[in-house]
Amino acid sequence: MTRREDLRSVLVIGSGPIVIGQACEFDYSGTQACRVLKAEGIRVSLVNSNPATIMTDPEFADATYVEPITLDVLQKVIAKERPDAVLPTLGGQTALNAAVELHESGTLAEYGVELIGADIEAIKAGEDRERFKEIVIGLGAEVPASTICRTLDEALAIADSLGYPVVVRPSYTLGGSGSGIAYTADDLRLIAGAGLDASPVTEVLLEESILGWKEFELELMRDRHDNVVVVCSIENIDPMGVHTGDSVTVAPAMTLTDREYQHMRDTAIAVVRAVGVDTGGCNIQFAVHPGTGRMVVIEMNPRVSRSSALASKATGFPIAKIAAKLAVGYTLDEIRNDITGETPASFEPALDYVVVKVPRFAFEKFPGADPVLTTHMKSVGEAMAIGRSFPEALQKALRSTERRGAELSWADPPGDRADLIERCRIPHDGRLSTVHQALRAGATVAELSAASGIDAWFIDQVKFIEELNERLTPDKVLDAPVLRMVKSAGFSDAQIAGLRGVTAARVRDLRHALGVRPVFHTVDTCAAEFAARTPYLYSTYDDETEVPPGDRPKVIILGSGPNRIGQGIEFDYACVHASFALAEAGYETVMVNCNPETVSTDYDTSGRLYFEPLTLEDVLEVVHAERASGPLAGVIVQLGGQTPLGLARELTEAGVPIVGTSAQAIHLAEDRGAFGRVLAEAGLAAPRSGTASSYPQAKAVADEVGYPVLVRPSYVLGGRGMEIVYDDGALEAYVHRATQISPEHPVLIDRFLDDAIEIDVDALYDGAELFLGGVMEHIEEAGIHSGDSACALPPITLGPGDVARVREATELIAAGVGVRGLLNVQYALAAGVLYVLEANPRASRTVPFVSKATATPLAKAAARIMLGATIADLRAEGLLPARGDGGTLPLDAPIAVKEAVLPFGRFRDTKGEGVDTVLGPEMRSTGEVMGIDEEFGTAYAKSQAAAYGALPVKGRAFVSVANSDKRSMIFPVKRLADLGFEIWATAGTAEVLRRNGVRAKIVRKQGDGPGPDGEPTIVTRILDGQVDLIVNTPFGAPGQTGPRVDGYEIRTAAVRRGIPCVTTTAGLAAAVHGIEAIQRGEVGVRSLQEHAARLRAQP
Amino acid sequence: MTLLDGSGVSRPAVLLLEDGRAFDGHAFGADGETFGEMVFNTGMTGYQETLTDPSYCRQIVAMTAPHIGNTGINDEDAESRRIWVSGYVIRELSPIASNWRSKRSLDAELASQGVTGIAISGTRALTRHLRERGAMRAVISTRAADRRELLDKVLASPQMAGADLAREVTTPEPYTVRPPEGTRTRFRVAAVDLGIKAATPRRMAERGCEVRVLPADVTGDQILATEPDGVFFSNGPGDPAAAGYAVEAMRAVLAAGRPVFGICLGSQILGRALGLDTYKLRFGHRGVNQPVQDLTTGRVHITSHNHGFAVRPPDDPGAKGPFGTPYGAAIVSHRNLNDGVVEGLRLLDTPAFAIQYHPEAAPGPHDAEASFDEFCAMMEAPR
Ligand SMILES: Nc1ncnc2c1ncn2[C@@H]1O[C@H](COP(=O)(O)OP(=O)(O)O)[C@@H](O)[C@H]1O
Ligand SMILES: Nc1ncnc2c1ncn2[C@@H]1O[C@H](COP(=O)(O)OP(=O)(O)O)[C@@H](O)[C@H]1O
Ligand SMILES: [Mg+2]
Ligand SMILES: [Mg+2]
Repeated sequence: MTRREDLRSVLVIGSGPIVIGQACEFDYSGTQACRVLKAEGIRVSLVNSNPATIMTDPEFADATYVEPITLDVLQKVIAKERPDAVLPTLGGQTALNAAVELHESGTLAEYGVELIGADIEAIKAGEDRERFKEIVIGLGAEVPASTICRTLDEALAIADSLGYPVVVRPSYTLGGSGSGIAYTADDLRLIAGAGLDASPVTEVLLEESILGWKEFELELMRDRHDNVVVVCSIENIDPMGVHTGDSVTVAPAMTLTDREYQHMRDTAIAVVRAVGVDTGGCNIQFAVHPGTGRMVVIEMNPRVSRSSALASKATGFPIAKIAAKLAVGYTLDEIRNDITGETPASFEPALDYVVVKVPRFAFEKFPGADPVLTTHMKSVGEAMAIGRSFPEALQKALRSTERRGAELSWADPPGDRADLIERCRIPHDGRLSTVHQALRAGATVAELSAASGIDAWFIDQVKFIEELNERLTPDKVLDAPVLRMVKSAGFSDAQIAGLRGVTAARVRDLRHALGVRPVFHTVDTCAAEFAARTPYLYSTYDDETEVPPGDRPKVIILGSGPNRIGQGIEFDYACVHASFALAEAGYETVMVNCNPETVSTDYDTSGRLYFEPLTLEDVLEVVHAERASGPLAGVIVQLGGQTPLGLARELTEAGVPIVGTSAQAIHLAEDRGAFGRVLAEAGLAAPRSGTASSYPQAKAVADEVGYPVLVRPSYVLGGRGMEIVYDDGALEAYVHRATQISPEHPVLIDRFLDDAIEIDVDALYDGAELFLGGVMEHIEEAGIHSGDSACALPPITLGPGDVARVREATELIAAGVGVRGLLNVQYALAAGVLYVLEANPRASRTVPFVSKATATPLAKAAARIMLGATIADLRAEGLLPARGDGGTLPLDAPIAVKEAVLPFGRFRDTKGEGVDTVLGPEMRSTGEVMGIDEEFGTAYAKSQAAAYGALPVKGRAFVSVANSDKRSMIFPVKRLADLGFEIWATAGTAEVLRRNGVRAKIVRKQGDGPGPDGEPTIVTRILDGQVDLIVNTPFGAPGQTGPRVDGYEIRTAAVRRGIPCVTTTAGLAAAVHGIEAIQRGEVGVRSLQEHAARLRAQP
Repeated sequence: MTLLDGSGVSRPAVLLLEDGRAFDGHAFGADGETFGEMVFNTGMTGYQETLTDPSYCRQIVAMTAPHIGNTGINDEDAESRRIWVSGYVIRELSPIASNWRSKRSLDAELASQGVTGIAISGTRALTRHLRERGAMRAVISTRAADRRELLDKVLASPQMAGADLAREVTTPEPYTVRPPEGTRTRFRVAAVDLGIKAATPRRMAERGCEVRVLPADVTGDQILATEPDGVFFSNGPGDPAAAGYAVEAMRAVLAAGRPVFGICLGSQILGRALGLDTYKLRFGHRGVNQPVQDLTTGRVHITSHNHGFAVRPPDDPGAKGPFGTPYGAAIVSHRNLNDGVVEGLRLLDTPAFAIQYHPEAAPGPHDAEASFDEFCAMMEAPR
């Protein structure tokens, strides 16, 4: 073995919060890396600000720094840890950029730290698009014509010479941030302007458009002996012009001859060598002209990427794990293929199945955002499915996205043929469904391929699915051969039921009666050439099942499906923890999930992995197969978020043993009426509320509970469509807008608690004892969704009395509902009354945060409780602390602040303007960070630095707040002035400040326009970079509803320039704390292990 | 797996193995009853090259990749004058051919060449079966026949062990492949066609070789009479033990000290000429992802394979050192990292080497192309 013996301590850089374009795939890769390094006996230190990751679990590294990924922090960590090397290729673009900074600041040289897995020159050659193109051309391969521009004027001139449309792309950004397609000079001004802002080196590339060409990706690995393998080819079904992250993709490539494929492979390998990727994984994108086969190289990423996570899950070849081994000196032939256990990793996987990935979007959360897909990524998650044919994989993937209407449907008439063909021209979420409807309406494969640029082969496959519907019409007999035929084309029972006008349960019963069930095949990397010993399985309607038998009692853990806003990596964390804890307790763990980015879908995580959609049908088949293979202890539904929780009732009805909180208990917490009775019995308060299905009813409720009220439709979860309404007029408007309201689906109307402190609680309950995991006090007041609000743990202003009340209330709810396992409750404390907002009988988004802040593995404990352990047992075992809980933290416990990360910067409306950034009761954040330190100010400052960039310590603060906020803003702004900030304000705000002794310079509002002497407005000043901190609360005066637009331009300008923008006065107070803390002196770094040791040292 | 013709009617067919395992499916290509050795290929691209590779003569080939036919059939990618597989087993036949070079569909091509194909759902089950029990004889039949009778016919069909097939597939007449316009002719190569693929002489011609392709049963004297700078022994079908004529020819060339390069069957012929034994692998190597390590440099190449036989290494299989042969010392130069099978031989005192895999690829990766350069270097070296 040739592992380098000189590497004894390695620093791994993570990727920070989940944002669009950089999601849990880097937790997956980072976790694998940490595992590999630890297994090699290397000391691992890690920096990652994202507490929801598995990689930041204290057991995965020797020193885990949940700190902002900034140069300053990294320098401090390096000074403290003195690692031999830094491994930056598994933490996405964030880590790679950080590595470049460490190099350029001289830090690496100063401390004698080596970069492993990457080489600065290679990073630069890969990421600097101009240099990259020179290298490719030097190899005799082609690239799209392009020119680098550093100013807008230059860009306009170049575009004229290239001809429109042109593609605009900044260097060094991820997920295509700041890129776009300009069809006109106006578009170009808009996009290039933004692109010049988005690129850290302020340059953009203008490129000849090759829209409509076929797009491919290859995932490669290289070792230090220059052995190179192509792990996977991925074909984008959406042609060039749609970011690969937003494209429906398929692996392996379906429409290349061997000659074309080998040409691509040869070019890719030559590029890897020429760029000089040191060791590890990299990804190269290609475009192929459909009519001539001309091939051009688009870009390369000299690191592990989202596509490599997909490729790993698609092939069973663990790219990140192997990249980590290569980085410490092994060569590919020295590394074993885990799946076969016999053959080496120096080979190229052969697939005997088809893998389809479908992105998941969240446009409904960003009204006004342009939903047309383009060169920058807009999706927030993805689902992957495996089938033995493209139709089977495609249909499984579509239903895996859990988006209503994602499955191909015959429910409604297709619509107008010509119109549908037109719609296929424009890339959009669900374009394949539009293709399907167009086929139904009589469009031909050729017409649709011409309109969409989608290869005719894929459209023909959709047509094949379309034609099968004829065998399912109610007049046809549904016998075993027909069922088998349509099931092997991926039809769900629900689709069949829809076509026949019966229930899905009827179809399922018939299918089972006829013995038509899927079998499970192994993802084995080798198309069955060698036996596989790792049970990584997928369902298919095929011949032979490969589920291995087993005697140990099994626990099936249902995962959380594709990432979406409100249900992301936090739930994957809980599932993975349950798997680890239960494996340790002697169970065989079985994971079911369909999200390729996650740690849960790593074949190493659980005893068995089923890569399957999380629908009732698919889960029931897994349960059936597992029952056939050995004893089943139960199924866990409470850790994967709302997705599995929603299956609880039907699974129970189908006789599946749910462990932990029962389906009935879940109903008690989820059903408003039932929950209301639980609260009433316990004597707990809830905001007054009512339901209405018409305006007069709504008005009657509002009159009774009193304005303001919070209104929401009852048929959606996750705060969708929620609004705060201040008067009758607005209420009437809301009821009229909410067209889907009916007596079965009324509007829910709650008294809105103004100025209330929101409190979030995660707790464990075993039927007798309550373990309060943590009490989190929100920074923003109630009314800002708990997922979007920052919060502090332990609470910063609540007294012991308040915590005692929270504990008591939580225990009453846990007992009243009948919780076994985890419970999350949200409270609002208003005028001394503790109101219960809602209770979720499941893991919550905050479980990983609480677990890390308090050094207590809540999800592991929950899993054990679900299988019968008591809290007392777990205390005795040492899994939970012997005494006390998260509600009795010592006074000098560290303070952890969670901050949400919002994706506003990624969205624009159809006119190219930014979308508003104001927070509300509907959740819109994609991820979170944690700042942890001894005191609140520092912890808060760290959280801000991790989420948005460091708080400024000097300069200009611009303040403009709503009338209702003027009073509470005075003190913190005064403090800012004392701390040395120059205060700017709009006229009204300035007046209030002056009267309170704060000198504020008046600046013009956007509405005022430039002044007589050309004095710029605040927006212009922000865009010019004259402002360092913005405080702007929405002018949501009572009586006004809908998007609160007054400060909109200010806030979008702030996002564009990346200037910290505080939108609540509570947030302002926290920010001032933070600024004071930074000014006071050095902000230190401390690992979770050190924090935990201190916590545990408490008597 | 669902295969319908334009009228929505499918033609039933059966694949029956000699151990009685049967797979029902749907026919494509020509109707008929066809026998051969059942093997599987794990390549995900290159079905046209595979079908036309003479080494597949008398074999029924199953593709593990589920979708076949997607890119149709074109006029450039065939590796020989015809399709050689005796039957073709796939899971999903593409209803359309979608590629800019495609001229016709796979279905039509098989039909016009009289080759019977069958689409079955259980290609993976079949592969697992062959992996466990080894390659075996089989039939694809589109005729509604009695299973028992069909099985008897399978059992009566010829075995691959002992089969001499190179003479069946070889060119009837010699022909010459010249360097492309603009490339200087540097060497004259005599290529013994034991089942040569079109890409092979092309790869040599690109390097300045004028390649004289000779029929399989050419004698050593006849080869040397062409005054070649080097002699190439190609890939091909069948059992090397049954191709004694080629072994004889090889010996004559070695004795004359002419540079020799062999691939695939040609490599097994070299092995036998050196006095080594050859044997039948359980299920062979057929695919484009096989890791082969060069034992002298440690480098690994991902290579294209199609072989059911292999050279048995001298005495103990782990031995790396040189061994004696009538032509001086020799070494095992390459091994397959999956299973340790001998993938290359090299003589140390005579200019001769051979590899068990396909440097011409087609289909497959081009990692091993440098073997042709090595052959040229050998021819260049002063003798
Ligand atoms: N010249 C071009 N013409 C048309 N589309 C392009 C062009 N270059 C890139 N694209 C599209 O934009 C997407 C993003 O570009 P890419 O270079 O891959 O940047 P990123 O770093 O964001 O992945 C690609 O996936 C492709 O679909
Ligand atoms: N009655 C209320 N008064 C004030 N704020 C409320 C009230 N009800 C809900 N909210 C706010 O709306 C957010 C979302 O409401 P919640 O019921 O928790 O929905 P979800 O299911 O989306 O979590 C809460 O986090 C809280 O900030
Ligand atoms: Mg890209
Ligand atoms: Mg909530």
